[in-house]
Amino acid sequence: MSASLTLVVLMAIMYGTGVYVMLERSLTRILIGFLLVGNATNLLIFLMSGRAGSAPIVPGGEVAADTVDPLPQVLMLTAIVINFGVTAFILALIYRSWWLSNLGDEGDDVMSDEEKEEAIEAENADELQASLESDDTAVLEVLDEDEDHGDDDGPPATPEPSERERDVMR
Amino acid sequence: MSSALVPLLVLLPLIGAAVTLILGRYPRLQIVISVSALTLVTAAAAVLLAVVDHSGEPVVVRVGGWEPPFGIVLVVDRLSAIMVVVSALMLLGVLVFAVGQGIADRDRDTPVSIFHPTYLILSAGLFDAFIAGDLFNMYVGFEMLLAASYVLLTLGGTGSRIRAGVTYVVVSLVSSLLFLGAIALIYGATGTVTMALLSERIRALPLDVQMILCVALLIGFAVKAAVFPLSFWLPDSYPTAPAPVTAVFAGLLTKVGVYAIIRTDRLLFFDVPLMVPLLIVGGLTMLIGILGALAQADVKRLLSFTLVSHIGYMIFGVAIGTELAMGATIYYIVHHIAVQTALFLVVGLIERVGGSTSITRLGGLLKKAPFVAALFFIGALNLGGIPPFSGFLGKVGLFEAGAQSPSPLVYALLAAGAITSLLTLYALMRVWNMAFWRPKAEVEGYESPLIESLQESPETTNGTATGVATATRNSALMTGATTGLIAITVALTVFAGPLFGLTQRAAVNVVTPEVYVESVFPGGTP
Repeated sequence: MSASLTLVVLMAIMYGTGVYVMLERSLTRILIGFLLVGNATNLLIFLMSGRAGSAPIVPGGEVAADTVDPLPQVLMLTAIVINFGVTAFILALIYRSWWLSNLGDEGDDVMSDEEKEEAIEAENADELQASLESDDTAVLEVLDEDEDHGDDDGPPATPEPSERERDVMR
Repeated sequence: MSSALVPLLVLLPLIGAAVTLILGRYPRLQIVISVSALTLVTAAAAVLLAVVDHSGEPVVVRVGGWEPPFGIVLVVDRLSAIMVVVSALMLLGVLVFAVGQGIADRDRDTPVSIFHPTYLILSAGLFDAFIAGDLFNMYVGFEMLLAASYVLLTLGGTGSRIRAGVTYVVVSLVSSLLFLGAIALIYGATGTVTMALLSERIRALPLDVQMILCVALLIGFAVKAAVFPLSFWLPDSYPTAPAPVTAVFAGLLTKVGVYAIIRTDRLLFFDVPLMVPLLIVGGLTMLIGILGALAQADVKRLLSFTLVSHIGYMIFGVAIGTELAMGATIYYIVHHIAVQTALFLVVGLIERVGGSTSITRLGGLLKKAPFVAALFFIGALNLGGIPPFSGFLGKVGLFEAGAQSPSPLVYALLAAGAITSLLTLYALMRVWNMAFWRPKAEVEGYESPLIESLQESPETTNGTATGVATATRNSALMTGATTGLIAITVALTVFAGPLFGLTQRAAVNVVTPEVYVESVFPGGTP
């Protein structure tokens, strides 16, 4: 089995820097180190599939002696997916740990910007609702008064619609 | 027929996880589904164990109809079946406990909607690791259960859990990467990851190459199994989790590592002379673990240290590697899974009755909760290896196997094992004397019930469930589940004869890998 020297060197560098960065105290650096070491391991699996330049397996094709071994690629793909999931989890962990160290447990009761906006919006909406309702009652009162007058005077209670409004009605 | 049951071990919990995730808003339905999924798995595993033990041949399933070197095989031999049955029973018991706790707490503390799916995924990963017929599938099983365990350990996201979770996650990640790297190297050396085929091909390699591959794999597994130089993460991370989660972790997660060590050591690398290093490491694990336990005031931490220490016995058995030693090791694993899980659940009960897990604060529990005291007493004697309990029987088996392959180092290990056993008893009896036996009035700083409740209140801020415990009572479900698990540990003693026979037969399979290889490749290896 022969492997590409470039990839071997690259893998070694990634392992080295990855382990070095992982030894830091900061969680973000640990994550970066994990990503480097994880991908170095993926490269290691990839190296096991033999030299570059061999033909891939195709459906219905012939399998020659120098066809590339597909199994390491499958293993690599699985490992990448697993690393991806774990990375997402670590990011959540880092965020949570940042949240706790900056705000403490009380931080859970602090509202985020969005929540604040929502709260303000809700307040505004309440005010708007209240003002609309007071407008409605005022209009109703006026209408009631008009009706009272209408009984006395004879002409229709509602005022004559203007020219434009008639057009709209048609 | 029986081969149809094998994929169900993994599929049922996975489907259950999906359904419980969808039903996140209906906690009662979630409970019904997860309990029934685990019950079905337990039943399927029991049937498989009976079938496998009766026929003596492993049940092999070729997933997707692909032939072994290309496709994935699932292999259930006696060892896998025993492990699956025991862990399914434990998972079920702990689930009932967790449900009881959830009902008693009215779900204030933990977002239970994600507890059930995660717990089921953990079970699926565990079973997958036990029945995997190739190394990479075992890696996937490990990753499933580890990913689920990260979530369970940091459940609720309080400060102490996040801190403990970071240690645990980083250590697990490094060990997983080591495992994966080892798989890559093994694939490079042999061109396969199917264990049955590896068993033949690794033997053809030069011994030094075998040695490197074996040690690379072993280091990955030893981190997971918490073997001595690689065990420091465990007592720092396990105790902060909720009681049921700690119980499952303590009982099962380290044993997967031990199982993997047995598999690789006996099936893949049986030519590699690792007896001496394994013996040294096993002895150090025992002694240093138990000395750590003696220094602890917190019962959960103390139990975590005894957990590390008793892993040493299993490593001792694996190191000797004879048929008798393997049988005793498997029996010891079964015993230890059961008793450690049960004891952690009892500590969960103590925490709620006494309001703390620190023996400096606990006292008078014998009067306050006599039943919990009885449960703890049985579990403690069992773990401490008092005859006639299963802990004693397992150790007798291991010592007997040790004495049959005599060397100065083995005798040193026997002495270390006996001392560890005594010290375990001492550590647990200290808990008994402080927490249960001494009157409440002797607890330092105790003056009156009013002041006591004031003093305990600071504990509510440390984020664990301790604070809740001052006001809560144990539900019948929790006590019932714990009693059930303690009853299982007693049953391991009562039925020790037949069980020892079973583990001995399992050991025969483990020690002679030809049976395993032939069941995967009936027509000879390619």
